[in-house]
Amino acid sequence: MSEVEETIKRIQSHKGVSGIIIVNADGIPIRTTLDNSTTVQYSGLIHQLAAKAKSTVRDLDPQNDLTFLRIRSKKHEIMVAPDKEYLLIVIQSPNEV
Amino acid sequence: MEIVYVYTKKRAEFGRQCNFTDRSAELHVDIVPDPTLAENFIERNPVDSGIQCVQEMSEHEINTERFETGSRGINHTEGGWPKDVNPQEVEQVSRYRKKVEKDEIYVNTIQQLGSIMEHTIKQNNAIDIYEEYFENLQLDEVEDTPSAKTINVFRDPNEIKRTSTHISWFPDGPRKLAVAYCNLEFQGSSPDTSMDSYIWDVENPNKPEMTLKPVSPLVCLEYNPKDSHVLLGGCYNGQIAYWDVRKGSQPVEMSPIEHSHRDPAYKAIWITSKTGTECFSASSDGQVLWWDIRKMGEPTEKLILDPTKKQDPTKALGAMSLEYESTMPTKFMVGSEQGSVIACNRKAKTPAEKIVAIYPGHLGPVYSLQRNSFFPKNFLSVGDWKARIWSEDIRESSIMWTKQYQSYLTDGCWSPVRPSVFFITKMDGTLDVWDIIFKQNDPTLSLQVCDEPLHSLRVQDQGRLVACGSHTGTTTLLELSDSLYTLQRNEKNLVTAMFERETRREKILDTRHREMKIKERAKSSADGGKEKEEEGGEAALDEEDLYAKAENEFWSIINQEKKNIEKKKEADMDKADPGKQSPIPEDGDQDQGGEN
Repeated sequence: MSEVEETIKRIQSHKGVSGIIIVNADGIPIRTTLDNSTTVQYSGLIHQLAAKAKSTVRDLDPQNDLTFLRIRSKKHEIMVAPDKEYLLIVIQSPNEV
Repeated sequence: MEIVYVYTKKRAEFGRQCNFTDRSAELHVDIVPDPTLAENFIERNPVDSGIQCVQEMSEHEINTERFETGSRGINHTEGGWPKDVNPQEVEQVSRYRKKVEKDEIYVNTIQQLGSIMEHTIKQNNAIDIYEEYFENLQLDEVEDTPSAKTINVFRDPNEIKRTSTHISWFPDGPRKLAVAYCNLEFQGSSPDTSMDSYIWDVENPNKPEMTLKPVSPLVCLEYNPKDSHVLLGGCYNGQIAYWDVRKGSQPVEMSPIEHSHRDPAYKAIWITSKTGTECFSASSDGQVLWWDIRKMGEPTEKLILDPTKKQDPTKALGAMSLEYESTMPTKFMVGSEQGSVIACNRKAKTPAEKIVAIYPGHLGPVYSLQRNSFFPKNFLSVGDWKARIWSEDIRESSIMWTKQYQSYLTDGCWSPVRPSVFFITKMDGTLDVWDIIFKQNDPTLSLQVCDEPLHSLRVQDQGRLVACGSHTGTTTLLELSDSLYTLQRNEKNLVTAMFERETRREKILDTRHREMKIKERAKSSADGGKEKEEEGGEAALDEEDLYAKAENEFWSIINQEKKNIEKKKEADMDKADPGKQSPIPEDGDQDQGGEN
């Protein structure tokens, strides 16, 4: 478990990272650094979006698979690393040069 | 050649049910080929004919019915928890979480995902791939043909349609549009006609964002440029009302009927003042009233548009439009029903001095007046079949005008971003865009917006969007192409030069005209003196007298000539008789005779 903590701490220490959420296959947030309501919204919405993206990639080429999903918006970037069981979501704000 | 087949049926059998029977074939007509007809044709050999081995297809167009959309938001609440865990119970939730975290797979997965994620994060931090690469790039000006496209159409939601008489844009950006609806025909509105006016959200043409419910339909409606929650409206019955959108659909206050206008208040405009609550209104009853919306009990000031400067209400000209520029707060202009444009100064000491100048204007009511925001000395007036541009200093006539149109012009305005562009709407439903540095004889762009007459027009402050309202209450929102709202190179100088040139031309024409008048007057007064001696009558300025005079002169000259010729003949005969006299050549004689 400490490795998990270490990983999360390391990710958070990077510049611009505002939050981390770990979601399981059912869409339940396991670990989060944000407040509850935001976490619930993110996990529910992004879990569905990641599933859709994955199915899209698989439909286009059954031998392909989704490795990473990046959603760039005006305010920040949402990065989603999918896996069979879990989903790692990180929100990073871009660096204003 | 007609082929006729006759069959008979007894009258008694009419209406009976048909009974069908079989019978053998009969030959009725046999048309034998007539080879002589072949003489009319020439055989063509070879013949070219195109064949295509393609499916035959046909084109169809379908337009779906309008459907109403509404926006809804979804609120996500927690879910997905297994049945035995109650998401509200913190203990259960945390227990479940701890259980998951102890899972081996969880730890490995997170480590893996963590490293991928870190790689991406570092990528983001290293280079910002979304930065603006070419910030100061000047795009080459593509000379595309000016065009406008309809973005949205807002229809009057009521069954009985009314004209959209006035449009006002939301002062903070092109998000909202306030439209005043009123049936302008005299006693033309039925008692069921709704009196509401609406504020529309530009994105949603299905349902107005807000309804304004006045006591009498609004003829004009203006947002307060300083406070975007307050609107001013002039009613069909002459009252002035103001609304605060935060306070609801009913007007916050209305002016009392006794002190309001006696005719529809055609135009009401906000004045720039310290308090931001002052406004003034004009109506075809000939009055211009100033109001302070905090105290609508009575107008703060009154002006009667009497061109004889005596403040006589019986001689007043009815006002149809008002012009006010916030950079010149003491001056304003009124366009009258009779066609003249009156420039006034609010700060004059006596009411007589308030009316500074009267311009001849148009042949019909002046529906719109506006100063050019870049050249405030020049203003545009729209009425009858032409739009005219005036210079304040030249009072006799306009310096420029458009061609004579076939239909009446109903409204016009300058573009707020380009000094040479103005827009006009007409009774045949077209919107014309004029660019005076591009073409002076014809509009640069002429669009058929709809089939009904267009009544009102408003350009949004940024110059890109134009809203025009029609007779049936349909307000169309158009977006202009780039060239019509980006300032061209050198535009201001060109427009300045053009206005100056035209102003100078008018001045020169004006002075010449005056000189000619003075000359004529001098001439006629001189002629009048002579005739007094002869006839003792008045100055011969009457046309008939002039004709008579001309005739008399003519005949007197002819008679004189006749006499001279006779005299000469006698002189010749005299000369011939006595023989040779001084050898004066006949020409000389004739000349001398002619001179007499």
